[in-house]
Amino acid sequence: MSDMEQRTTQDIIAERHPFIEAWQMFRRNHAAMVALVVLSLIGFGAIFGPLVYPIDPFEMVWTPFSPPGVDGFILGTDYLGRDLLSAIIHGARVSILIGLSAAFMSVFIGVSVGAIAGFYRGWVEEVLMRITEFFQVLPTLLFSMVIVALFGSSLMMITFSIGIVSWTAVARITRSEYLRIRELEYVMASRASGSTDAKLIFKVILPNALPPIIVQAALMVGSAILFEAGLSFLGLTDPNVVSWGQVIGSNRQYILDAGYTVTIPGIAIFITVLCISLVGDGLNDALNPRLRQR
Amino acid sequence: MTKPIASFENLRVEFETKTGTVVGVEDVSFKIKAKETVCVVGESGSGKSVSSLSMLRLVEFGGGKLTGGTLKFTRKSGETLDITKADQSLMRTIRGNEIGMIFQEPMTALNPLFTVAQQLTEGLRTHKTLGKEAAAKRALELLYQVRIPEPERRLNQYPHELSGGMRQRVVIAMALACEPRLLIADEPTTALDVTIQAEILALIDRLKQETGTAVMFITHDMSVVAQMADRVVVMHRGKKVEEGTVEQIFENPKHDYTKSLLAAVPKLGEMKGKLLPEPMRLMGNENTKFKPLSGSDEPLLIVKNLTTRFAVKGGFLRRTLANVHAVEDVSFTLMKGKTLSLVGESGCGKSTVGRSLLRLVEPLSGQVSIDGQNIVTMSPPELRKARLNMQMVFQDPFASLNPQMLLKDQVADPMRNYNTHSGEALDKRVEMLFDRVKLPHSFLRRYPHELSGGQRQRVAIARALALNPKLIIADEAVSALDVSVQAQVLNLMLELQSELGLSFLFISHDMAVVERVSHDVGVMYLGRIVEFGPRSKIFENPQHAYTKALLKAVPIADPRQRRSENDLNFKPLASPIHSLHYEAVPSAYETISEGHFILTTDSGY
Repeated sequence: MSDMEQRTTQDIIAERHPFIEAWQMFRRNHAAMVALVVLSLIGFGAIFGPLVYPIDPFEMVWTPFSPPGVDGFILGTDYLGRDLLSAIIHGARVSILIGLSAAFMSVFIGVSVGAIAGFYRGWVEEVLMRITEFFQVLPTLLFSMVIVALFGSSLMMITFSIGIVSWTAVARITRSEYLRIRELEYVMASRASGSTDAKLIFKVILPNALPPIIVQAALMVGSAILFEAGLSFLGLTDPNVVSWGQVIGSNRQYILDAGYTVTIPGIAIFITVLCISLVGDGLNDALNPRLRQR
Repeated sequence: MTKPIASFENLRVEFETKTGTVVGVEDVSFKIKAKETVCVVGESGSGKSVSSLSMLRLVEFGGGKLTGGTLKFTRKSGETLDITKADQSLMRTIRGNEIGMIFQEPMTALNPLFTVAQQLTEGLRTHKTLGKEAAAKRALELLYQVRIPEPERRLNQYPHELSGGMRQRVVIAMALACEPRLLIADEPTTALDVTIQAEILALIDRLKQETGTAVMFITHDMSVVAQMADRVVVMHRGKKVEEGTVEQIFENPKHDYTKSLLAAVPKLGEMKGKLLPEPMRLMGNENTKFKPLSGSDEPLLIVKNLTTRFAVKGGFLRRTLANVHAVEDVSFTLMKGKTLSLVGESGCGKSTVGRSLLRLVEPLSGQVSIDGQNIVTMSPPELRKARLNMQMVFQDPFASLNPQMLLKDQVADPMRNYNTHSGEALDKRVEMLFDRVKLPHSFLRRYPHELSGGQRQRVAIARALALNPKLIIADEAVSALDVSVQAQVLNLMLELQSELGLSFLFISHDMAVVERVSHDVGVMYLGRIVEFGPRSKIFENPQHAYTKALLKAVPIADPRQRRSENDLNFKPLASPIHSLHYEAVPSAYETISEGHFILTTDSGY
């Protein structure tokens, strides 16, 4: 090499692949790391908990309103004498499953809509963005309730009803990233060297547009869990499964007499959603190139 | 002996990074006296900006630390202050008051939400505690001093209503508002067109004479140094390598780095009487092995009446309100094995021509034929095939490579798209291309951010070569690079041309580079070619008024050929935006001599 070039300060800072760099950034965010550990524990408990703690959450196992810690029931029993700990463990499966799949669905719809709108622009963009705005101004909870009320309250339908109302933010973020990146020279260069539209959309632009989408997706899991809790609080839930929101909903009449029956699942939701938000924040800091130079 | 206004003594600045301490500036000493312009010159990363920011103690905001040396500054009261020991509250009374600063980018140095008057009076009212009216009066005076047209009207305008040159004048007026003892100008003309650059340089020089301030002028451009400096400080890798008067530095450089820096700078006019392009001079390899091609007279690319317009949309239904006539009735022919350059200032449509040829932007009308096929009327699959013959190298090597893709994949990408090679043959060819552009094979598995600008541009060239194209469109391909790197990349391009018989369409604003590398030149203004001809004719016998003005504005890297403000005569750039009913006049040309034409219809200049 005859280049008489030197590596400037910035070159020394950026040495590795962007994603490795991001992970190192993420690791330095202590709150996000703690949240990630807590989330892993929750996930682990949701998957393996029922094997270790084989009490059926629907079975009436003890006297109603037995407070936490008494008679060997760590979190106590509800108004029918069902074990709350078992409800939390089984509920975690449902709540997290719905949270993940609804978030996945809204990311899928949002990225597709946003990518096509941002890449093709023109009338395609106009039409897609008007549709997005339509979904944005809908009263989301009401719309989900209508869907569940009309088509039944199976897990699938609840997931669908959450996914269908919450993709708009992803669509807008994806579109704005595509609008920005499609004008960059490397996209132009790739087009000039014969790449097809599909290749540009999926292989060239998408990897570069991912960071803000990943952050939004993480936050979406949290809000989907909350949304599901809201629906089941209102009784719009599959009666054959337990979820945290449903536990709160079914015990809500006894909130004054036996507060713990409502607070315990509430705390479960709170911790989970908080941790997801913290991880999302950590991802945001780690993936945001403007903050990375610090 | 008068006291110098500012003196740097053994300055050392360090930056803390994740990977350890990086020394930004080490052991730098020099002095700036009143009424003197000291140019600090060096390539990117040489620490020239860091030194100037240290003088303002702004370097700490960027994470730097002054870890050694002293910075002496003589205040208005006559006392000498050590800037390195001053606290930030004292610095606030000095910044903008006793030391003025002009930044590189006039578009972002002004706050878009405040009027010119508000921004100009802000400093006066805080530092000089002038009343509202007195400050306004002084602001007007300043605008007269920087010779902005219609100063009264400018006071109440917002930055977006001013052109780039006018904004930079406002920035200079702001820097001068409190009559600073020292003016620091950090690449003040790098973002400007050459005609505006010439005006701004002349302005700074005149103001220095009138007000007696000391000027610390930071630049990477040796031609600007030749025009501006009294003394020169050459910096390299955070160290001062040489210091001297401008004549000493240009005529008798001592240090090897200074010599190589000067060698790589092309001088406008030095190609007089030569027929063929010549490789750039580089220290160390005087005898370049290749001979530039004389080219053939067989046309490769014929462009006829090419017109590209962009719609300006607005209003409720986003109707088309007006058209930007980016390219208007442009015709030219590029011969096989030759380099044709399009030159002009920003906004003249030269890049749009390049993109229209590949139909990366859709031309409105005209014919573009390469090897007899008309590209403008092709269907998408035909176009995709035709692009096999034409590839492009873009301006910004930091933007033109995909940050998430390995370099070998980026170079292999075009071949995968067209299925020209696969498997082992593909890997072999990628390696061969890396050899061609003189990059080591260890770079195959790296990502773009691990490379320097020049190395990235080599990758971009390798990618353009992958499909064995006949034509490469180089859109400002070297303007973002440091001079020595620029010279290497240009030589690489010339070498590839002579070995592979490539044709180049070279789009550039840099007249000196164009003079060195082209066979034919087209000068563009407001979307039209105003003058076209063989390189020697355009540079030695320019006929169109705009070509003459443009050549006059280019700074020459020779301190004995300075231009004065009186030589310059520019009109503000007219707008290429016209209403929907505007009928563009077809371009008509007069032949001066064989192959040399000038536009006779209205060019807008």
